[in-house]
Amino acid sequence: MNTVVIIGAGVAGVEAASQLSEFGHEVILIEKNSYIGGKLAKWDHLFPNLRPASEILNNMEEKIKRSGFKILKNTEISGISGHNGKWSLLTHKGESFEPDAIVIASGFGLFDAKRKEEYGYNIYNNVITSVDLEDKLKKGNRIKMTNGKTPRRVAFIHCVGSRDEKSGNHHCSKVCCITGVKQAIELRNQLPQAEIYCFYMDLRMYGKDFEELYRKAQENYDIQFIRGRLSEASENMDESLLIKAEDTLSGRPLKMNVDLMILLVGIEPGEDTISLCKGFKLESDSSGFIKPRDMHIQRNLSSQEGVFLAGACTCPMTIGDTIDNARAAAIEVHNYLRKKQSA
Amino acid sequence: MSKFGFSIQETRSIDFEQFDGRLLKYVLEHEPSFRVCLSCGGCTATCSAGNLIDFNVRKMNMLIRRGETEGLEKEINKCMLCGKCMLVCPRGINIRNVIMLIKKGIPKFRADMELHDNLKYNYHAY
Repeated sequence: MNTVVIIGAGVAGVEAASQLSEFGHEVILIEKNSYIGGKLAKWDHLFPNLRPASEILNNMEEKIKRSGFKILKNTEISGISGHNGKWSLLTHKGESFEPDAIVIASGFGLFDAKRKEEYGYNIYNNVITSVDLEDKLKKGNRIKMTNGKTPRRVAFIHCVGSRDEKSGNHHCSKVCCITGVKQAIELRNQLPQAEIYCFYMDLRMYGKDFEELYRKAQENYDIQFIRGRLSEASENMDESLLIKAEDTLSGRPLKMNVDLMILLVGIEPGEDTISLCKGFKLESDSSGFIKPRDMHIQRNLSSQEGVFLAGACTCPMTIGDTIDNARAAAIEVHNYLRKKQSA
Repeated sequence: MSKFGFSIQETRSIDFEQFDGRLLKYVLEHEPSFRVCLSCGGCTATCSAGNLIDFNVRKMNMLIRRGETEGLEKEINKCMLCGKCMLVCPRGINIRNVIMLIKKGIPKFRADMELHDNLKYNYHAY
């Protein structure tokens, strides 16, 4: 029996692990956190249909039970050595593995909004990120200003840390546009009286039912969309914020006072993906994501033999895309191990 | 008061604190399809009037959304109501009805709008 080590028990890792177990391989899934699900575990509802994120998490738990593979939680990779398909891994607890194949499913990191200082995150009171908002929604908290008042005007700011070379990220994070639309709708349900604005550069509604949700936001939820990138925010005496942008469709500068500003933070490779990329001596792309051997036809193969890639360690992905991608990775690993055995 | 030969320039920026949303509200109430505009500019590209004279139907609709109603009455009369914009609109907005509602709405809110413009003027004069 072949052994496969999968690094990361998020959506991609669990999917790849359960598929490879079904194929009859021995799977060891290594996770640094005490819980599975990765970033998905922090979500309340998912776009574009606002289903509870717990449904997907429950499905993952079921797969783990059914397949019965080994999960090592609270475990980090501390040493990587080897080459040409022969690898050995060391964990910080001192366990060592010599697997026949490795799947990297270390996922992504989130842009730290503090780096975009002109937007005032962690400086002004009523500036939060999309992650903070999702957390409040998950906990069932009322959305309030820090002084306890109900916000009368709210602005979502798209592309924070995405498509922004000054932030070091020239890529599009792909999922923030639809996240903003989803969260604006959820906020509308809580704040029926508020004015809600989205400041965007482009709205990239590429996925199934994304465009439909965007239309619904305009038609049924009275969300206003303004095309223009925020230049800066400053705080007023009453802790509301004065924001400035160009309304590029009118060709005129625009200023607005808002009670609450929500920054839609982008997706980055993240520390884990970067350190694994270095550890296995893999090629990375210009944004730091791990580069697949071929972006069209070998998306799950890395530049090293025996090291495979699954999910958002290669680029930003939706949940659905991640599951597809992880299954594809499992098939690649399975075929690789079969060939290796017969050779 | 002595004249200094220069005046105070009014700001070009759209100020949401001066937002006059009455006309927008009136149009949206009677033609809800106006909400789903993408600002693609298809209407302006095909516009019979816009191809001959300085008239931009997309921009005009945008200004109403921003509560900017100055000079609107003169602008709206440039439309010939040919309806070509409705044929090209990807979101199926009844643009002709939007124009008709603006025409109807202007006299309704005129007094208010003029007052609003005066207030704006006075504000910047001080």
